[in-house]
Amino acid sequence: MTTVAPAEGTRLVDRFERGLDAPICLTWELTYACNLACVHCLSSSGRRDPRELTTAECRALIDEFERMQIFYVNIGGGEPTIRSDFWDLVDYATEHHVGVKFSTNGSRISEAIAARLAASDYVDVQISLDGATAEVNDAVRGEGSFATAVTAMERLAAAGFAGFKLSVVVTRHNVGQLDAFKSIADRYGAQLRLTRLRPSGRGADVWDELHPTADQQRQLYDWLVLRGEEVLTGDSFFHLAAYGDALPGLNLCGAGRVVCLVDPVGDVYACPFAIHDEFLAGNVRGAGGFTSVWRASDLFLELREPQSAGACSSCGHFDACRGGCMAAKFFTGLPLDGPDPECVLGHGEHALGARGDVETPRPSPDHSSRPRTVAVALTTRGGTPDRRPDRSCDEHPLAGFAPGSAPTAR
Amino acid sequence: MPPTPPPADAAFDPARPYALHPQVALRPESFGALAYHFGTRRLSFLKSRTLLAVVESLADQPSGLAACRAAGVTSEEQGAYEQALATLVGSGMICERVA
Repeated sequence: MTTVAPAEGTRLVDRFERGLDAPICLTWELTYACNLACVHCLSSSGRRDPRELTTAECRALIDEFERMQIFYVNIGGGEPTIRSDFWDLVDYATEHHVGVKFSTNGSRISEAIAARLAASDYVDVQISLDGATAEVNDAVRGEGSFATAVTAMERLAAAGFAGFKLSVVVTRHNVGQLDAFKSIADRYGAQLRLTRLRPSGRGADVWDELHPTADQQRQLYDWLVLRGEEVLTGDSFFHLAAYGDALPGLNLCGAGRVVCLVDPVGDVYACPFAIHDEFLAGNVRGAGGFTSVWRASDLFLELREPQSAGACSSCGHFDACRGGCMAAKFFTGLPLDGPDPECVLGHGEHALGARGDVETPRPSPDHSSRPRTVAVALTTRGGTPDRRPDRSCDEHPLAGFAPGSAPTAR
Repeated sequence: MPPTPPPADAAFDPARPYALHPQVALRPESFGALAYHFGTRRLSFLKSRTLLAVVESLADQPSGLAACRAAGVTSEEQGAYEQALATLVGSGMICERVA
């Protein structure tokens, strides 16, 4: 990133923290329906919600995005391609100058679809894969999901779609496979994208066992620093900036300031990792629509006020990590004005220890196909547990937004 | 679609005519503007309204220098603006046009 040093007090990050008239980009979960049941699904997806936006409502929302000049939307779910109007909505968006990047488990990427995608300049695809081997991936995303994703990548590559994204949520079990992920991406002409495991949605149930250890975080940081802008992170790992140099990206929490999430029923949340009543700003069906939620909701206006650094205020690294991820703190029961649970200085671990056995917040809407807290499998039709939904849960709104050049003219 | 990589070692020649790349959208902001390239899927920040005015007028001006003058860039500021414009050439946001 080439940046001419801006004047004191006019850093872009400071401007962004005060919010923009429209998001830089946003994540739009189109449906809670999914054919997989990833253990870490951010949106606790599985079953379709009967209140999901209709095709007409989706189109009206796209019109609004166009008026607000939102360059592109990251579409996810659930598995968004399950919606029967999915491809029509993609076409509608691109015809209205709203670019689309969508996340998928690959199950609906046929040869014909791959060819169609390769022909469009305004559609990008992100294939989710959480292990460089079937063994590691399928333990998280479900049996057969590795093979499905690989088939989709083969089809995209064969159709001539260069530069699609291979998106990986970094876990304790795949952090040792970073080079292998890079090789897979290279093999299919894709770009590797790594994102952070959040304790959000069903991720709350598995975060303790799956989030990288402190040593692994260091290893990840060093690996990312070496790769530079070659590997995307969707600004996921800004909490690692306290190790030294910031990773490429904006390095700020954009929640409600430059990014947000629209869920399948039109609820607007501060970010894709914060699907909880606490971070619900409004609904696009309300008077004034999405624009009014973005510009005038109490929650978003509050987020754009200067935030207290709280327990982190005496830390010399606060300017680098800015206290980390709001959602990660919230869902692990930590105060929002304290350290991130994965603070690289160990303050988060300490806070988790001191926190004791509090009940952590549960995701407000849960669309999982199966009850999440049942330890013993319930009897199901035919004796096999339902395979629920998978989703592309790893979508950060700034995905792919490598803030390349930052020309200034001061 | 294959993202088109920005030209390596791109330079900005103030004597030549330029234009915004046809796949780039500009969104004015209080600090300047956001520029998004649909081909490379990259975002850039134009950190002043004057730079935005320069970029917007490139296509109508006979040269990069003329665009800067038309937007009110002074000769003292010219160097900084040329540097910013070179960055935009490097990321493919603006490109030389056939005069």
